[in-house]
Amino acid sequence: MRVMCAMSGGVDSSVAAVELIRAGHEVVGVTMRLWGGESDTGCCSIADVDDARRVAQQLGIDHLVFNFTDDFDAGVVQPYVAGHARGITPNPCIECNRHLKFARLSERADLLGFDAVATGHHARIVEHEGARHVARGADRAKDQSYVVHMLPQRELARTLFPVGHLTKREVRDLAAAAGLRTATKPDSQDVCFITHTGGRTKFLGSRIPFRPAKVVDADGAELGEVPAVELVTVGQRRGIGVAGGGPKRYVVDVDVERAIVVVGDEADLLDEAVEVDHLAWTARTATGEVLVQCSAHGEPHAAVVNGTTIAWRSPQRRVAPGQTVVVYDAGNTRVLAGGIVMSRR
Amino acid sequence: MSAPLTYLDHAASTPMRAEAIEAMLPFFDQQFANPNGSHRFARQARAALDDAREVVADVLGCRPGEVIFTGGGTEADNTAILGIVARHGGTAVCTAAEHHAVLHAVEHIGGRVVGVDRAGVVDLDELAAAIDADVSVVSVMAVNNEVGSVTDVAAVADVARRAHAGVRVHTDAVQAACWLDLRDITPHVDLLSLSGHKFGGPKGTGVLVERSAGSFTPLLIGGGQERERRSGTQNVAGAVGLAEALRLTHLERDTERIRIGALRDRLVGALVAELPDVLETVHPSRKVAGSAHICIADLENEALLYLLDEGGVCASAASACSAGAMEPSHVLTAMGVEPRWSTGALRLTLGRTTDEGDVDRAVSVIVAAVERIRGFRPRAAR
Repeated sequence: MRVMCAMSGGVDSSVAAVELIRAGHEVVGVTMRLWGGESDTGCCSIADVDDARRVAQQLGIDHLVFNFTDDFDAGVVQPYVAGHARGITPNPCIECNRHLKFARLSERADLLGFDAVATGHHARIVEHEGARHVARGADRAKDQSYVVHMLPQRELARTLFPVGHLTKREVRDLAAAAGLRTATKPDSQDVCFITHTGGRTKFLGSRIPFRPAKVVDADGAELGEVPAVELVTVGQRRGIGVAGGGPKRYVVDVDVERAIVVVGDEADLLDEAVEVDHLAWTARTATGEVLVQCSAHGEPHAAVVNGTTIAWRSPQRRVAPGQTVVVYDAGNTRVLAGGIVMSRR
Repeated sequence: MSAPLTYLDHAASTPMRAEAIEAMLPFFDQQFANPNGSHRFARQARAALDDAREVVADVLGCRPGEVIFTGGGTEADNTAILGIVARHGGTAVCTAAEHHAVLHAVEHIGGRVVGVDRAGVVDLDELAAAIDADVSVVSVMAVNNEVGSVTDVAAVADVARRAHAGVRVHTDAVQAACWLDLRDITPHVDLLSLSGHKFGGPKGTGVLVERSAGSFTPLLIGGGQERERRSGTQNVAGAVGLAEALRLTHLERDTERIRIGALRDRLVGALVAELPDVLETVHPSRKVAGSAHICIADLENEALLYLLDEGGVCASAASACSAGAMEPSHVLTAMGVEPRWSTGALRLTLGRTTDEGDVDRAVSVIVAAVERIRGFRPRAAR
């Protein structure tokens, strides 16, 4: 096959290219330039592009750079900013996969005559009862099925995850064996367009006006103030403008419109169910017990899905609006569905 | 990619002339010495450097002492802009369609940028309005590197000096050397930049002409080479190669201009005839013979360039960023080209090695690629 391998300049996508070549595919490496602004850890710094290109040269494959900065801004950055402005906390890495890697890049690959797009995600694609599903990667600690859960059937049919069957250790060993400069490169951790020094505060502060908010308890008693309601997330414990010493308090609700942050104790944060805007099923709708994961590296919890309501078997920590929930089969392997948690107001 | 390669990116870099390579070789081994020394080897190298300087001065129509060898066009441009402002204070003015080596230097010191017309040529009224007693240098390119349009540098210089008699006029003539007689340009300006690899010389070589001494503070400080205007041991081989390439370019210019102009017309004529919604960005009467810049409506040139490369046609769009990604063209934006057209910008630049076979292969590959992209329907819609 002719495969376009998305190469971020990290070790996983480097080894993805190695594995594709080993499997006999005709491979072209592509690095997407996504973010033109300040960055320190991201996928598209010039140093990372250099790494991707050098690995491609070493492997003897062509390497291209595509400029998708406009699409990234429109599909990821703007919604991220707008989300915070209205009090929800989107996951930009998921939106990047949805709008860039498995849409924009995949379409470009299709146009240019490639049979498949490969990435270095730690996830697998499995067939089950006539349909394809994203499945957890072999290395559960590094599993990324959560962030690529949204792949529809037509994308699953032409997507490859060449390192999904490997552990991270095996990936690094293969990179070292191939003499790749990325073999010992640290994993990228953070959102590529948020810098270490400035953080979310600086990034959002230069794009939206922050509004101070009152911090109240469940009865409406005023406990303090925070300088920026847009930076407060449900479940947050630190920096909520309440004097320490008392019982542990968590943000249980954020009302951006009225600029009110409600805090409570851990029990106030527990929900019987979580409501999503729209639950997109990979294949057919599941009935019966499933497992639902609410963050990239969170534990999945047992639940039953009914329409857009996910009812927990036992109460779970509230999920911040804008976050993604991913439904797995009861065996905790296959992705069945995914959706975005609705705002409570 | 077993088909013959068709190289139509001569404005980015053109192959070195064999004569230039040949002329350079002795200076890597037998005549390796530092030209600033006092022994016989040094004198040999010095003589070669002086010869090269005279050849360049002759082609440019200036005195040898006015020729400064630099490490490329960017260094020459930067020296002119930053060096004049460093010495005389004040600010700099350039056009919005300048090469980044000028534009970014002017922006770096907080200078003024003036608009251009639909051909990428400076608006003389706007230029005059931007120049006051605070302006120490005006920089206007002779030939635009993306779209190929020619600016009447003499008229620019006239307007600039009328607006402020003390202003120094610089021109980036990097893209002019192959197409225009530089003797028609040099007398009108105070400073002029060239780049060796744009006319068959080696990369990493350039020329800055300084018509009146003491106009700028050097960028490189050190041993005081190039009459205290550019320190660092001279690249003797590079200067020799640049001079030989420039000499031959000058000799062949008139015939090459006619030959390549005809090839360009054939190329653009065929593309416009065979493809709907393609426009020639700048009318041929306003640009140099080697430039065939076109805009193809509603098409992404990043995808097009890939298919052209696959088909063995080497072309370009705008300038690439340091990561190698295509950047939207600041030149087309300055010219007021609508995004519908500018996203499909394709820069085809012809040169000394271009022949009819190249043109005909390019036409068939480009037409096929554009038709393929235009006929593409995403899987989601199938």
